[in-house]
Amino acid sequence: MIRSLLLASLLALSALPAAGAAEYVRVPGGAFRSVLAQEGGARAVEVPAFRMRATPVTNAEFLAFVRRAPRWRRDRVAALFASPGYLSRWAGASTLGAGAPPNQPATRVSWFAARAYCASEGARLPRWIEWEYAAAADATRRDARSDAAWQAQALARLTAAFGAAPAEVGGDAPNLYGLHDMRTLVWEWVDDYAALFVNSDARQPGEAALLGLCGGAALAFADRSDYALLMRVAALAALAPADGADNVGFRCVQDIEGVKHP
Amino acid sequence: MTAMRRMLVRCAALLLAAAGAAAAAPPPGDSLYQTALALQDQQGRRFDFAALRGRPLLVSVFYASCHSACPLTIETIARARRAAGAGAPDVLMVSFDPAHDDVAALAAMAAMHRVDAAHWRLARPERGDVEAFAATLGVAYRPRGDGDFSHNVVIALLDADGRIVARSSRLGEPDAAFVAAVRRLAAAR
Repeated sequence: MIRSLLLASLLALSALPAAGAAEYVRVPGGAFRSVLAQEGGARAVEVPAFRMRATPVTNAEFLAFVRRAPRWRRDRVAALFASPGYLSRWAGASTLGAGAPPNQPATRVSWFAARAYCASEGARLPRWIEWEYAAAADATRRDARSDAAWQAQALARLTAAFGAAPAEVGGDAPNLYGLHDMRTLVWEWVDDYAALFVNSDARQPGEAALLGLCGGAALAFADRSDYALLMRVAALAALAPADGADNVGFRCVQDIEGVKHP
Repeated sequence: MTAMRRMLVRCAALLLAAAGAAAAAPPPGDSLYQTALALQDQQGRRFDFAALRGRPLLVSVFYASCHSACPLTIETIARARRAAGAGAPDVLMVSFDPAHDDVAALAAMAAMHRVDAAHWRLARPERGDVEAFAATLGVAYRPRGDGDFSHNVVIALLDADGRIVARSSRLGEPDAAFVAAVRRLAAAR
């Protein structure tokens, strides 16, 4: 009796959403020209609509997650899914401490852990094309990338953030879709980041294909003017999926029912 | 004499218990068997990836409608096994295109390449995160929109506990260092 009560209350607890469920905003679909040649490059591709977290996942949110899913605690996580240094900004396995303010983005998180977190919100990591598309907007325009001043500002804020601990999330004005921190705060994991560096000719055997697999040859940019964005791609390229980094956080997206993906 | 025998029996019991504990203990943190993956092979056999633990294994990923790299991967693995000789590890190839690769497609592929079901399993994931599984091998893939995928090729040799002891991306004539690693594990069995 007591056991079944206990079980029932445990089940009820696990069914509860995380405190202060995350805000997701709708990003309408549209045609978009990626800077990456692999994503269509010179020609525009159609990006289907999706819902995206308004802010990156914070330390407090990630802490709540590891309490619900202790296999992702830094003292229990399998080495396969997290390199040494995972969550090492935190004071302890389940305490944040002074080095990791609750409202700062969770960083030093592996791609595996970020995927698991998103799954816990019924979401997934964005694909590169979704992230790039959403990040192209400023406060009034869906695609502000041709504005050199806007690009320069993004780069200046990004380089100013080097070496410093990230600022709190939500500190900037939202973009057109209601998304904060897209171009400034931290770099963000995307679901298909490793596949961005797979040469489209990798099916061909031989030396050329192997060169492509090493990354360099496969990194083809259709547009090199957006330096801040290129740095972001290069930073992700350097990471293995079990790695984390000081300035790499993440946010999640949810599919919209009835929206078809190519 | 009796005391000696009793001691031997006790030793045997201890050894057996230790062996049992090793099999039941969770896999090491860096073991690929940390990944939960429910699979079904070309003969329709259902099994958990982690159930393959206990013996060395050659692992790769593929998709059945891939006509150049994937057949070459199978050929390369077959060559590595032949070069390793008797006791060469069994093979698991996991499809990352389960929407198209049903049991019939896997069976057709097995027949085309004449792989022996006693040693080769061409499998489709039924549950679990096959993209994360591929990532643990160092494989990334993305759909090209025409039913094909861009992907890199990795053949991994796992020890009995699922740790990667050697990896190769070379197709055709297998990498000599990789074959040597396969041979070492085969000889140790």
